[in-house]
Amino acid sequence: MFSGFMVNTWLGGSVMAAVAGLVGFFVVLRGSTFAAHAIPQGAFAGAAGAALIGVNTLVGTGTFALLGVAAIALWSRHGRNDVVTALVLVSLLGVGSLFLSLSTEYAQQAFSLLFGSPLAVSSSELVPTAALGAFCVALLAALYRPLLLGSVAPELAITGPVPPARAELGFLLAVGVATTLALPVVGALLVFSLMIGPPAAARQLAGRPSLAMGLSAALALVTAWVAIAASYETNWPVGFFVGTFSAVWYVAGRAWAAWSRRARASVGPRARQKLALGRAS
Amino acid sequence: MNWYHALLAPGLFANPSVQEAAVVGALVAAVCGPVGMFTVMRSQSFAGHALADIASTGGSGALLLGLSPLLGFVVFGVTASGTMEMVGTHRRQGRDLVTGIVLGASLGLSALFLYLTATSQTTTGAAVTILFGSIFAVTSSTVWFAVGVGGAALVLLGLLYRPLLVSSVNPELAAAQGIPVRLVGLAHMVALALAVALSALTIGAILSTALLIGPAAAALYLTRSPGRAMVMASGVSLVVTWIGVALAYDSYDWLPSHQGWPVSFFVVLLVLATYALARVAVWRRVGPRRRKAVPAGAGWRGER
Repeated sequence: MFSGFMVNTWLGGSVMAAVAGLVGFFVVLRGSTFAAHAIPQGAFAGAAGAALIGVNTLVGTGTFALLGVAAIALWSRHGRNDVVTALVLVSLLGVGSLFLSLSTEYAQQAFSLLFGSPLAVSSSELVPTAALGAFCVALLAALYRPLLLGSVAPELAITGPVPPARAELGFLLAVGVATTLALPVVGALLVFSLMIGPPAAARQLAGRPSLAMGLSAALALVTAWVAIAASYETNWPVGFFVGTFSAVWYVAGRAWAAWSRRARASVGPRARQKLALGRAS
Repeated sequence: MNWYHALLAPGLFANPSVQEAAVVGALVAAVCGPVGMFTVMRSQSFAGHALADIASTGGSGALLLGLSPLLGFVVFGVTASGTMEMVGTHRRQGRDLVTGIVLGASLGLSALFLYLTATSQTTTGAAVTILFGSIFAVTSSTVWFAVGVGGAALVLLGLLYRPLLVSSVNPELAAAQGIPVRLVGLAHMVALALAVALSALTIGAILSTALLIGPAAAALYLTRSPGRAMVMASGVSLVVTWIGVALAYDSYDWLPSHQGWPVSFFVVLLVLATYALARVAVWRRVGPRRRKAVPAGAGWRGER
């Protein structure tokens, strides 16, 4: 499990999971789940295009992810966010269905692109993966304050040094880059699951943003490692484990929040005894 | 060759699969207009799209168990929509997050179902067929089932029309009038799940989202009356579907290799063009300075 080509997957998978956890914190905070789902699914259409003209899959997914990011950022400024996201997604998929119908030998590859594969990272892709991951982290670090402010107090963010529209564009760009990294391992349909499950739980567990971000990255790493190992052992698709684990994190986070709220609200056993005595007399 | 052969290729109307596609397209359009309008008004496009993918999970599960895919589509869709609405919060961010979690878990299951199906029955193309779908894959037994599901969605909306409209426009006002907002929302989600299951099964997940959201959003830009918006959305869906089917039929002759282009490609392009035209029309009428104040459907809300 830890020899030969699997080393590439462990390294690449760790980078993409950490980046997905960090980006995901802002996805959850800003309520951009739909965009985080639409960009990877649209990027899948790019992979079909890459197969058609015979270039590297990563180039195709990256190009379509950027197209999706640009279209969503450009049009949602004045229209309804969710309508624009939905229309951008179906446009990319419509073009993808044209590519699919024109290319013939694609169905085999399509399954692992949609649902992930533990053997997806080759040694030649490690350097680009690391570079893109570093770019993504740098982008988030540069936009950390404006993004946080824009999510918590949008009115205040207008007065800040970075206009909210530009911060949003940078944020979507980070989502697009994280998508391109994670897509081959986790699969186009499940990338967004890795971006929302761990951070949703982390937000319930930790109050401070920096702490929650770190926790989110850690939970995403655990998810990815377990998913890759389980997929290697059982041969089931990686995406199945990622999707299930994300739901488990979310439920655990909600349960923890509910439990700690009740624990804070309820009174101790002694006080309860006193209350009961007082009511009796 | 006559001039109209450029759009309507010879033999178009005599082709049985084109006829069936036209009938199914009309049915889907009739349902998508009203359901789509409420979906856009309530900003639930994500749920509308997610339910299409989730219904497909039901389809893949049914494929694995050897059951009828119709049953899988409807049962999975309705269950998931109920889960989303019950777990979800009123705030949009929390609602989208729950939708995403349910969608992720369901797509994961879908991956497993398809993997198990592929290894046991060697149908590798199933993933792509279920996700992208095809309007020409409809069989006549499906048509009657589709009529039933679509009719149920429309009846549900008809019964709830007034309370749903009030609670979509202003939930506080609806609650003050004694309308059970949560229950009405749940009923809308069930109607949405039925409509999406119908269209995802007959025309595929891509077209399902495109026809649900695009025409309704365009109509809400152009008219202030909800009734007119529903009719307009249905009309646009119908026209773009029929033109899309005709173009796909023509496209067989476009390339030397004689490969037909997919219907979804044409319909999505037409939907996008309609939406863009509607936005340009509003932009020209209201002017660039005021356009921020006019989100879809804001006219009759008194927000302007």
